[in-house]
Amino acid sequence: MKPPPIGALALGAIPFAAMCFSVALWDRIEPMILGLPFNLFWLILWIVLTSCCMWGAYRLDSAARGAASRQP
Amino acid sequence: MTAAATAVAVIAGIVAIGTTIGLLAGSRRQMDLEQWTVGGRGFGTPLVFLLMAGEVYTTFTFLGVSGWAYSRGGPVLYALAYLTLAYVASFFFLPQLWEFGRRHGLQTQADFFRTVYRSRCLAGFVCVVGILAFVPYIQLQLSGMGIIVSVASFGHIGRVTAMTIATALVVAFVVANGVRAVAWVSVVKDLLMLVAAITIGVGIPLAYFGGIGAMFAALARARPGHLVMPGATTDLGHAWYVSTVLLTAFGFYMWPHTFGATFTARSADTLRRNAVLMPLYSLTIALMFFAGFAAVLILPHLHDGDLALLIVARRTFAPWFLGVIGGAGALTAMVPASILLLTAATLFAKNLYRPMISPAMSDAAVARLARVMVVVLAAISLGLAIRGASTLVSLLLIGYAMVAQCLPGVVLGLYWRRVTATGVFVGMVVGVLTAVLLMAAHLDPIAGVNAGFLALCINLIVSIAVSLVTRASAAAVLPSPI
Repeated sequence: MKPPPIGALALGAIPFAAMCFSVALWDRIEPMILGLPFNLFWLILWIVLTSCCMWGAYRLDSAARGAASRQP
Repeated sequence: MTAAATAVAVIAGIVAIGTTIGLLAGSRRQMDLEQWTVGGRGFGTPLVFLLMAGEVYTTFTFLGVSGWAYSRGGPVLYALAYLTLAYVASFFFLPQLWEFGRRHGLQTQADFFRTVYRSRCLAGFVCVVGILAFVPYIQLQLSGMGIIVSVASFGHIGRVTAMTIATALVVAFVVANGVRAVAWVSVVKDLLMLVAAITIGVGIPLAYFGGIGAMFAALARARPGHLVMPGATTDLGHAWYVSTVLLTAFGFYMWPHTFGATFTARSADTLRRNAVLMPLYSLTIALMFFAGFAAVLILPHLHDGDLALLIVARRTFAPWFLGVIGGAGALTAMVPASILLLTAATLFAKNLYRPMISPAMSDAAVARLARVMVVVLAAISLGLAIRGASTLVSLLLIGYAMVAQCLPGVVLGLYWRRVTATGVFVGMVVGVLTAVLLMAAHLDPIAGVNAGFLALCINLIVSIAVSLVTRASAAAVLPSPI
């Protein structure tokens, strides 16, 4: 099976950067947004954004596999 | 009717409905080994979604997460991040795994290792690690069930009685019907869980503080350090967060039951679509955070944080609704418990006992032995749950530290030609021993970093290094390029 295209991998790396590695940047209470402490808000926001990223990855991956099957 | 009797009646009703659905689910089909373990490979997207979701939302999410929000504070945020990131990671290797499973007729994780590495010893070792890690995980579910039912019944049903009855019910429907039974009960369980979670997560802050925002503002004023890391602890800081998120995100699909569930998907594309949608489902965990954080100010001096959510709910809601929560909680424990028992028993019978001890065993005999092992493992876990007392989250993290050690073997096996059975075996042994020794010596976290994660890194390095110096003739069977 063809490995996923590099664009899909990049989209997959973004949530890791935003939700895991960058923790020191967003682990605080202020500013409170929608009544939530900032760190909790950030993670909730990124859960939604991750679905968007993965949808993008899915589209790229489908296109790449479609193109591969059309080759002679 | 007294409050306790109402609550108990509702719980019993919900459990009865759930169990009946489980018993009826597969009753028309003949159950052979293939049917029993992977449902004949016919599951489509909605059913796989529910099966995966049913496995994810467990006593850990319900009680453990709210318990840690209460007792640890900020560090509990790892639970929100790791689940989403596990799904992201899955996009990049589950489809390949599925494809390989389809081509070789695989049912379990041990099958994968035996097929890729052509080593029965390695497959056997993977089984042992998996089964050992399952025991505390099952114990966690049973303990949780005991807590839920005893608090919801105002102490009238003792923990031991609740756990014993629930264990018996779980064994009954697993033995009768296998994976398909569990999927349908998950539907009931997930609906109830959502109702319970929304009501608790929104209702409790509303009742005591006037809203979620007001609750957080009050908590930030009263206990400003609680909502960030390291929260109420001294050693769970940012390094712990990063290492624990990585350990659990990558370890998530290494649990044999989650690994095995992959093979039930209808197509590789189903798995990709799940990876896109499942993160959204994990948002419901935030509701458990709200309840746990609210409890910090409502019930300040609780010794066992795992009880926080239930005791606050008992104070806040009518007894019948407490029964709904308790019923949801009981199913939330019973469904994963049955999957865990099913997987562990099959691993033992098919991948450990038959290959190592009795190679001429028929499939029917293996299925019979698996049914017996379900009872044995349930009894062992019940015994430990009755005797023991660790926090639910700690039990789960111990399990993760062990199963995550299978990851290098899976990923290297799928993508790297030079990996060898010896390399993976040595790496895994080193990883498991490191994790177990560090945890036993109370060195978790070590230098601020999660011990299981450190062990995993060492495992990966050793696996690669030993593979490079071992004979190429022992190299893996890789999926052939298309």
